Order: sequence, then C-alpha cells, then structure tokens
Amino acid sequence: MTPQDYIGRVLSPFTFEVERSQLRLFAKAIGETRPMYRDPEAARAAGYRDIPAPPTFPFCIGMNPDDPFDVLGAMDVDLSQVLHGEQAFEYFQPICAGDRVLVRREIVDAYQKKGGALKFFVLKLTFEDARSAERFCTARQVLIARDAGVTNA
Amino acid sequence: MPGSRMPENAENKAAVLWQPGAALPAHVMPPITRTTLALYAGGSGDHNPLHIDIDYARCAAKMDDVIGHGMLTMALLARYVTGLAPQRALKVYSLRFTGMSRVGDQIECSGSVIKLLERDGQRCAEIEVRAKRQGGDELASGSAVIAIEDL
Repeated sequence: MTPQDYIGRVLSPFTFEVERSQLRLFAKAIGETRPMYRDPEAARAAGYRDIPAPPTFPFCIGMNPDDPFDVLGAMDVDLSQVLHGEQAFEYFQPICAGDRVLVRREIVDAYQKKGGALKFFVLKLTFEDARSAERFCTARQVLIARDAGVTNA
Repeated sequence: MPGSRMPENAENKAAVLWQPGAALPAHVMPPITRTTLALYAGGSGDHNPLHIDIDYARCAAKMDDVIGHGMLTMALLARYVTGLAPQRALKVYSLRFTGMSRVGDQIECSGSVIKLLERDGQRCAEIEVRAKRQGGDELASGSAVIAIEDL
C-alpha cells in the first residue's frame, strides 16, 4: 500500500443526537460559564434555537461512529502510533441541542515523510442536519502515524 | 442568524480593534488540573487513558505523567476567541498542535489581526491565534476568520 491508495476512502456515515446534558458537561469541562451554553432560555435570547455546541464540539460528534476505531482501520494504524497534527473547522450554521447530525467522513489526502517513518492522513468530515440536509460545518483533521518499523531516514 | 441582535456576552469585544496588525488582548486560563482532564474526557468522549490514567501514561506510554488533550487546548483557545467576538461571527478556526499540555499548565491565549477580507459578502478579519504554556513554549497556533460587520 502506498499513501495514495488511502486517498478517497469513505468511512460509514452515521448520525448523532445532540443532547443538552452533554453540551452542559462539555461546557463545564472547558470552563465555559456563559449562560447561553447551559440555559436554553439564554440561548434563545441570544438568537439560537437551543443551547449551541461550542466551536470545537463537532470534533466530539465525529468520534461517535458505530465502530469507534474504524478510522484507525481505514488508515491501517494503531491508536498508540497516532498524533493529532492539525484541526480546522469551517462553520455555516450553529449546531444546537436537539439536532440530529449526519456525519460523513472521507480520507482526502495521504502522504509520508522521512522515508515512511511518518505517515500523514487528512480526514474531511461534513456535519449536516439529518432532517433538512442543511450543512452545519466541515472539519479537516491531520493525523500523523509514526511507524516504528521504519528507520528514520 | 436572523431575528435577534442580542449580545452573546462576548465580554472582551469592546477592547478589540479589528485592524491589521492590532494585537488581541492576551488572556491566561485557569490551571489545567486532573479534574479538568477527567471532565474533558467525559465531556468530549475522548477516553484515551494517556490523558487520565497516570499508571497507563507511565507504564504503557513511558511518560512521566498524563498529558492534556490537544482538543482541550483548542477548546480553551476557542473560548478566548468567542470572548472577543460572539460564536456566530466565527467562520473558520484552524490550529496546528505543536506541544503537549501538562497538569498545572495555565494556557496563555494571544493573537493579532492579520488582515481584513471579504468572504461570502461579509466583511471579515483574519486573526492569528496562539496558545502557550504560561511564560513558556507554544502548544498550538493557527488562525480564525471572524465576521466583523455586526460586532
């Protein structure tokens, strides 16, 4: 397998239901205390349909396929080898509590450095409203796998 | 979003000058504790033991201690950005992870305005943002695009 062989691999799409309790726990974990991230009334007063998911929460949604390790399988790597190199989001509409999010995932680029000792995989995730098909946001993540079997050239 | 013009509690926004070269007011986050990491593991669904189990970190990963989630750093830096401009104005947010946070780290967030641009008919500012261990090395850096028309 060369890195190019991984490009275009599509992973199984899945849906995820966003719950208030989960957004409240996430807000607590990141020290987010502003009312609109916990209280539906405050969120509505700020113009949201319900409590909004903070900017990086889509990454958490993306980690919930039926098989949580299918991404690793699609890249033929082990969890212990993988580093998160880069993460990017582009936002179109806010994700709010009560939304059902359809997640699509694809390996859009793959390449290697240092004679194959470092493998790079670029995943693109698309998050859309499972009901209306409206796009919420997209994410691009670069995962780096260290291959201990390859001598660092 | 149509309908409402209520503020989103972007508490620092008055302090920002959206002009190229302008520095954003720096902000230091409270220390990352083991409780923070446990809460983030539960809240994010990232249960990798490297972030929450010191025995695993030492024995299996041969590290001195657990390390913080890279996405926790990104979430804290997002809190900083949405303190300067409301979340609805955030259009693009991108980071490269360059270091690992440790227990006790206070993440120092800073940034500056790179340029003004037009995007989908909206006036926007592109900013560079940075997360550092307080007074120390960089953990992540990147950029964000913020619609500044309605701020």
